[in-house]
Order: sequence, then C-alpha cells, then structure tokens
Amino acid sequence: MGLAKRIIPCLDVDNGRVVKGVQFVDIRDAGDPVEIARRYDEQGADEITFLDITATHEGRATTVKTVEKMASEVFIPLTVGGGIRELEDIRRMLNAGADKIAINSAAVFNPEFVGEAAAKFGSQCIVVAIDAKCVSAEGEVPRWEIFTHGGRKPTGIDAVEWAKKMVAYGAGEILLTSMDRDGTKNGFDLDVTSAISESVHVPIIASGGVGNLQHLADGVTKGKADAVLAASIFHFGEYTVQEAKQFMAGQGIEMRL
Amino acid sequence: MKTTVAVIDYGMGNLHSASKALEHVAPDATVVVTADSDTILAADRVVFPGVGAIRDCVGEIRRLGLDQVVAEAIQQKPFLAICVGMQSMMSHSEENDGVDCLDMFDGNVSFFGEALTDTNGQLLKVPHMGWNQVSQVQAKHPLWKGIDDNSRFYFVHSYYVSVKDPTLVAGQCEYGFPFTSVIAKDNIFAVQFHPEKSQHAGLKLLGNFMNWDGQS
Repeated sequence: MGLAKRIIPCLDVDNGRVVKGVQFVDIRDAGDPVEIARRYDEQGADEITFLDITATHEGRATTVKTVEKMASEVFIPLTVGGGIRELEDIRRMLNAGADKIAINSAAVFNPEFVGEAAAKFGSQCIVVAIDAKCVSAEGEVPRWEIFTHGGRKPTGIDAVEWAKKMVAYGAGEILLTSMDRDGTKNGFDLDVTSAISESVHVPIIASGGVGNLQHLADGVTKGKADAVLAASIFHFGEYTVQEAKQFMAGQGIEMRL
Repeated sequence: MKTTVAVIDYGMGNLHSASKALEHVAPDATVVVTADSDTILAADRVVFPGVGAIRDCVGEIRRLGLDQVVAEAIQQKPFLAICVGMQSMMSHSEENDGVDCLDMFDGNVSFFGEALTDTNGQLLKVPHMGWNQVSQVQAKHPLWKGIDDNSRFYFVHSYYVSVKDPTLVAGQCEYGFPFTSVIAKDNIFAVQFHPEKSQHAGLKLLGNFMNWDGQS
C-alpha cells in the first residue's frame, strides 16, 4: 500500500495537431490531441504530458484552446510544456486547465525564472525539463551535461548539479530526457536517471528511449524514477497503457490498476 | 430544482479543472466560479479549492473578506474543501515559516520532511505526488458512496493536516507514516487530494457531493 508509480503518455503537438504519428486502429482522427488524450485516459494513464512544439504566435492561441478542451474532458493531471518563457505563459496555460507546467530552455537561460514561477504559482506545478547527454568517454566516471535546442547545443552544465540547483530554486518535479536514448527504443539511460533521482528529493520522470515494457519497469526499479514517460510505444498501439501497468505490477511495482 | 454550486475564486491557480469536473458530473447544475460573497452565500453548495503556497492563499482569502464568507457557508450548506482549501481551514501551518490559518478546525499543517522513508528504508520523494490509496474511516459517509475502500486519488502536496479531534477523520493515507487525507464534520467534507484530477473515483466523489444534503 502506498503511492503508485506513474505512466505518462506524451503528446507532441504542433499547431493543435499531434505529430510524431499516432496510429490507433479504431481512432477517427489520429491527429486530434483531445481524442488521443481521452483514449489514454480510458486506458488508465496516470497523467498526460502535452509538449507544444508550435513555433508561430497564431499557433499558440490554438494550443490554449486545445489545452482548454482537453482539460474539460480528461480528469487526470495535465502537464504542458514547450515554449514557456514568461510568467504570463504559465498563467495562460494554468488558466486553460493545465495542472503543471514544464520549463526547459528558459530555465537554462535564466534560472531565476524557475524561482519566480515557483514563488508565484507554487512548486507543485513547476516541472523543470532537463535534456541530458553523456559527455564522459568510455572508462571514465560517467558525466552528463545539459543540452538545449533539442539536444544540439551543449551548455557545459553538469546535469546532476543542474537538477539540484533547479530543485533549490523551487522545481517540484524533474522531467529528465536522455538525448542519447531519445528515439532509439533502447531503453532509458538508467545511470543518469538514478544519479539524479538519488540526488534530489522531488519526483523524477524518466524519458527517452522506451521500446518495450521492460524498459518502463527498469526505469522504476533500476533508474529509481517515480514516473515513466513514453510516446511511440503507446502511439503506435504496440501496447496499451493498461498492458504496461499490468506488466509493471507483475514485477512488483506499485501501480494504479 | 436546479442546484447551484459556487467555486470560491481567490485568484490562486487553476479553478478550471474543478469547475469543469463539476459540470461534467452534474450537467444540469449551475457552476459559478466567483469571489463574490453574495453569490457564494446564495449558492446551494460551495467548493473551496486551493493550490499554491499557504501564506499567499490565506492572505488573499482574508484580503477579499472570504474568510467571513467561508465561516458563514460552513454553518449552512454542503461544503467541500480541496487541498490548500482544506489546509487553510486549520489553525496553523508550518509552511512559509509559519502561517496562522482560518482556524475553523483545531489542527495543524506540517511538512512531510526531506528524509522521509518507507518501511524498507527507501527514500520517499516530497512533494507527495501521484496516486495514493485512501482508506475510508467514516465508511458510511454519503460522499464515499459507490467508491471502493482504498481507491486511489491524485495527490500533490508537501504538507499534511492533523486534527486534534480524531472523530473528524474520514480518510487516511500512508506516506512514510499514516496521515489524515480526509476530514468530515456535519455538512463539511475536506480532502487533501484533488477529486477533479482523480478520474473515476474523483468524479464519483464530486457527483456524490452534488447530490449531498449535507447530512453525515
């Protein structure tokens, strides 16, 4: 008995449409984020993460409408991230119905922003997203740095130290993506996940690299993550969220079934 | 008759979810999100939500005169407090270096601590975030109707409530130690979790609230 580990499907949304392809056999419109979120909710998702990759100003207004609609139909926590730069961006998304806001690059450019956001809206809704990449050579003590611009730009900042700093500034949760593993289907980078999870007292969401259900379970048992995030294994209908939960529960992990 | 529910808005955080969830479970009801004392006192039932830091919440509640409104509403009508709404009804919170709260219940709000561990010595993260089981203490309470004992609800908080009078406890949770996650007294029901974010179990509880006559 106790707190369950969470499974969080992630939707990448561009201009109100889910990208990165979602292929359910019996879904009317594979690009509608609200319909997809509803599907994951029915399957027992513990939360939904909505990653806005819209570049244009007009597209942003669409995002707000999509979040509003999703929050009116899906009664589980909703995290919205992507392009959050100002307190006003956070307020707009919270008012639209988001429960948590993920801050990524803006935190790197201005760490104070995380502090201001946490002071204003409470740590419980401030998630700091960290994109980490291994920078140590083979045989060396492993070391990870944070990268911006989708993993293209190194910052020279140590990922573990950065996570600690973000928590000190008021982050209530860390969404950790391994840039080495993202899109590979080889599983989470368990070393960086456990290194960060054991260094901070807030929950860690592991992300990047999930290709099968064992990867999800390993994220919790070996990576010490409190939640696991995945996109493609659910989008392509390889597994339902419910199947993933049953599998993890079968390995002794506490889940909400 | 069409029931009206007022969701008290003191300018802190997301009330969209709470109002949408109420509309979802009671499509015929009128849901108003408001800081207006007359509207709140005219409603058939009242929801008192809250997110964020306690000092700001209690500060805004007092500045808007809503402490008086809450005090009056809890005398009369079905009243549901959620998360920081529940915490603000206690005497005192140790958050933000100590804050005197609305003192409607003799109780305190305390920090979980950063060295919290489970029975196996595993570190427990704070905030307590996610789906935890609630064991129903006043199991016959109308708001528990149709909800299995030990159902999971969604929590996100770093501080927890403890009340002096043990007969008030209506639900308990375990996170490093047992803590009170629900209290109930007469027409008042207060929950630490977020029913508006707790899928089936949460919607069921909100539905029960919308049909509740305030008797326990």
